[in-house]
Amino acid sequence: MPVSTNANGAKIWQLRNRNQTLARWAAYLAGVAVFMWCWQRISDATTWFFVWDAPRIAADIGGRAWPPRWSYMDKLWGPLWDTLNMATLGTLLALVMAVPVAFLAARNTTPSAVFIRPIALFIIVATRSINSLIWALLLVAVIGPGVFAGLLAIAFRSIGFCAKLLYEAIEEIDHTQVEAITATGASRWQVMAYGIVPQIMPAFAGISVFRWDINIRESTVLGLVGAGGIGLQLQSSLNTLAWPQVTLILIVILAAVVIGEWVSAKVRGAII
Amino acid sequence: MTAVTLESRLGTAWKKPPLISNPALRWGLFIGAAVYLVLAVSSIDVNWARVAEGLSRGWAFITSFFNPDFVSRGTDIRDGILESVIITVASTVVGILISIPIGLGAARNIAPLPVYLVCRAIVALSRALNEIIVAILLVAIFGFGPLAGFLTLSFATIGFLAKLLAEDIEEMDKVQAEAIRATGSTWLQWINYGVQPQVMPRLIGLSMYRLDINFRESAVLGLVGAGGIGATLNTAFDRYEFDTAAAILLIIIVTVMALEYLSGVIRAKVQ
Repeated sequence: MPVSTNANGAKIWQLRNRNQTLARWAAYLAGVAVFMWCWQRISDATTWFFVWDAPRIAADIGGRAWPPRWSYMDKLWGPLWDTLNMATLGTLLALVMAVPVAFLAARNTTPSAVFIRPIALFIIVATRSINSLIWALLLVAVIGPGVFAGLLAIAFRSIGFCAKLLYEAIEEIDHTQVEAITATGASRWQVMAYGIVPQIMPAFAGISVFRWDINIRESTVLGLVGAGGIGLQLQSSLNTLAWPQVTLILIVILAAVVIGEWVSAKVRGAII
Repeated sequence: MTAVTLESRLGTAWKKPPLISNPALRWGLFIGAAVYLVLAVSSIDVNWARVAEGLSRGWAFITSFFNPDFVSRGTDIRDGILESVIITVASTVVGILISIPIGLGAARNIAPLPVYLVCRAIVALSRALNEIIVAILLVAIFGFGPLAGFLTLSFATIGFLAKLLAEDIEEMDKVQAEAIRATGSTWLQWINYGVQPQVMPRLIGLSMYRLDINFRESAVLGLVGAGGIGATLNTAFDRYEFDTAAAILLIIIVTVMALEYLSGVIRAKVQ
């Protein structure tokens, strides 16, 4: 972009030369073309009549959904307790499984960088890239619907997340402390307990609380696929078009998420 | 010298300091956690007979990972993945474009207070609502199809990117921005030459990361009718076609790995 020109009209300064500008334009053109193609596919698959009708539908649903049916709250305490348990126990179970994976994946603690580290890294990527709803779908098909399937779904989904952050923390530890413990003649396990664990403890606590907060959010919707918790109530209310109940459930979920985030922020503030 | 005097000279042996120094708080937390665990575990009723019955099915699923079936539902898988990719790309682009002005507005050091409050409210709303719940509402309003998924992910992208962009702008080096302002630049030139170069590397990195998240999320939107591979996956699980499900999951895992690798390369290049 020319900032200003001199008396002859020549540019005094410009950010890029001609070829760079052309290359950028070509990249932008390609980007816009890809986006327009995507948009066209979405547009083709959309029934535009419904979209033009959307404001009326939204107003209609909004009118039915308000006021929320507060008396339904009696039936929500049980599912809410289940949701909390899925998130908390799922996080604990995930941490139990994530710690060994993290130690196997960290470059400075892995027993074998060639054979074991790639397996640990694959476990991390595979569990992380599959959404907890898909885990729940799979586990409901395998072990039947219920809170237990949701708990395991939360746990499996969290392994990769916790292990990834934890192994990065292990790789960043101060090596001199480990060396000092080794120099006292400590065994491999003693080095781990006194040289490495105290250094990663704050990171570990922070990661667990952070993941617990995320898991509260995720466990609220697992019931949609039959894995227990408040999502189950949401699903049945949606299926019967009981919009006042849906509003109440959404308010409860929102409150749970906000409280979870507040607790997690407080605890992390206390640790760090 | 006897052993007793040696002991007294050496003093007591070193003990590992406890994690929480206040004993009342330590034991209180410990007992509270124990009580909660007992209550929580006892409130989960597991139908062990059903679990045992399911284990063989679980094993069948694990073995099907070594023998995935890409072919028998080939067209469904291809269409679903293509739709997921389309939703991902479109929603990431639109989400980034909208989150830039909102991110600028949510940065306290460059936005006036009313704009700041409005933008922060949008960010908070977008972050508090789970993608699936937004998708359910949008499907109810706009009907089935990828448009609802596209809108859901765009909305989620705004909350994520605008928040992190605003935090980055709030932490920027003021000296550079002030130098541009001192040249008599307009507001737009100030943003373009004073602020944008400082936050651009991080913005590109975050956009790549969000692309990755959006792809993962688009895989589940189909469960509630918002388009993408999720519907095919759901059908495969419902029909116990584990080999097809394994094929879809493998495609998702490989794509996420490729995206992560790509974003790592791009982030290393821009930083």
